[in-house]
Amino acid sequence: MDLFSQLFQLFVTGITIGSIYAMVAVGFNMIYNATDVVNFAQGEFVMIGGMVMVSLHSTFGISMPLAFLLTVGIVTGVGIAFERFTINPLKKPTLITLILITIAVSFLLRGIAMFIWGKDSLPLPAFSGEKPIVLWGAAVLPQTLWIIGMIIVLVGFLTYFFKFTLKGKALRATAINRDAASLMGIDVKKMIMFSFAMSAAIGAVAGMIITPITLIEYDRGPIFGIKGFCAAILGGIGNSGGAVVAGLIIGILESFGAGLLSSGYKDAIAFLIMLLILFLRPGGLLGKYEVE
Amino acid sequence: MKSDHKLLLLFAAGLVIFPWVITNPYYISVLVFVGIHSLLAMGLTLLLGFAGQISLCQAAFFGIGAYTSGILTTKFGVNPWFAIVIAIGFTGTISVILGIPALKLRGHYLAMATLGFGEIVNIILREWVNITGGPSGLTGIPRLNFAGITLDTEVKYYFFIWVIVLGVMVFLLNLVRSRVGRALQALNRTEQAAEVMGIPVSQYKIKTFALSSVLSSLAGSLYAHFITVISPESYSIVFSLVILAMVIVGGMTSLWGSILGAFVMTIVPEYLRVFEDWDVIIYGVILLSILMFIPKGLVYGLQRLFRGTLKLFQVN
Repeated sequence: MDLFSQLFQLFVTGITIGSIYAMVAVGFNMIYNATDVVNFAQGEFVMIGGMVMVSLHSTFGISMPLAFLLTVGIVTGVGIAFERFTINPLKKPTLITLILITIAVSFLLRGIAMFIWGKDSLPLPAFSGEKPIVLWGAAVLPQTLWIIGMIIVLVGFLTYFFKFTLKGKALRATAINRDAASLMGIDVKKMIMFSFAMSAAIGAVAGMIITPITLIEYDRGPIFGIKGFCAAILGGIGNSGGAVVAGLIIGILESFGAGLLSSGYKDAIAFLIMLLILFLRPGGLLGKYEVE
Repeated sequence: MKSDHKLLLLFAAGLVIFPWVITNPYYISVLVFVGIHSLLAMGLTLLLGFAGQISLCQAAFFGIGAYTSGILTTKFGVNPWFAIVIAIGFTGTISVILGIPALKLRGHYLAMATLGFGEIVNIILREWVNITGGPSGLTGIPRLNFAGITLDTEVKYYFFIWVIVLGVMVFLLNLVRSRVGRALQALNRTEQAAEVMGIPVSQYKIKTFALSSVLSSLAGSLYAHFITVISPESYSIVFSLVILAMVIVGGMTSLWGSILGAFVMTIVPEYLRVFEDWDVIIYGVILLSILMFIPKGLVYGLQRLFRGTLKLFQVN
């Protein structure tokens, strides 16, 4: 394999994993915009998405497309239950209490997942075959194309949703100023629940599309969560377009770091980038404002 | 002020009596862990409850302490006491270097910056195989020797560790009641107002961060010399979150809360060990129920209960 194909191979791997980080980051932003809370359980949605899909498809033999939709439904339900039972009943929670609640929920979801699915890594067949497509000397898995397709669909959907639907506009209004939004007749509490539901659904999709490549196990959530947060920070928190670009950048840097420097330290690279961004440009590379 | 002293004496008396009543070395060793966890929780309580700064990398400082002690004693034959001091100095330096840029951040940003740092430290512990032993860790860390006595039994170590915990407790109780403690509470409320009153806010934040990490480092060294074997998974993000849970469960504005939190979060999962691997769920359930029902922590809940009972007697 010549140098170009090698680099291209790393690039493809980076885009693949970067798309997942991008989706997690978009999920983070969803909830952050509605509530100001960074949901530390975001990675768990991804893990549960993968797990539920494995069960529905491999254990119960439900066909891929149907299992996909069912999984989105189930994980969305988990997201709604999360909001209804823990965030919603609180009278006047402080920010730190809310952060800690999401941490507690992440413990709980991880524990329950281990209880249901055990500690082994679970496989899922690829959506359309395992035969790699050779492109400029690099082997591209068909699943990678699914993932890239899915992130394009997601970006398209989000743009449409936030720009052209009433619900999307309401959510944006909530993000800008909660009190003003509520005076305009927007049910802010409902928007918060809705943001958890959307965020969980996006997480579920990310989990389902990555599982055929990386397998899934119960304790994978936090690493997805932190990487996704790196992307959210890099893109300027709350900015979904920025999050997608930043997710891809982190994925690519990580993949090149693993391929050219050292695979053991690849995770450290993402965190180092995050620390540098936080220290030097806390508004994010693409963010316009400085943080409080 | 007086009630703290009474409580300290009462608590110390209880600690002295305990090993005469319960002689099972297993229970004693659980209490040694409670002591080590108390040190970690007290450090974080000072930072989070008093200065209002979150840290999700306490496990990393705990690990740096444990590994510095472990590496210096096993690979370079350094005297364990000297190694503990070096570990404290090293951790303190790192925490200041991290703290200067990190403590400019607030809330989520600080949480994530410390989380990222914690994960980097954990990766280094796992990957720097020549020095840290990699995933399998270090073995054969020597036991401590105190005035000619080797601290080689659970009971000896139990007394040793709790003397340190109580010493630190007295120091911190005094600290939070001093000028420094009041300054921390002021900057916790509003930084600008504190700054205007002449409190060097960032300096205080960095010093508090350093003190809390130094305590974690001490806990790490003491842990390493107690169990004599260390491996990287004890110093992961999850453990940082468990330390945070101890602080929250006990009540983050009370130093007694840290000890209570350390008790609960160490003993309950240990007690329920029969149900193998349930600890993650248990941590989640305890933390979630405390946050939702007594967000100020168990100490506050107990105080209220206690006062309620007193009133009940008065009425009768």
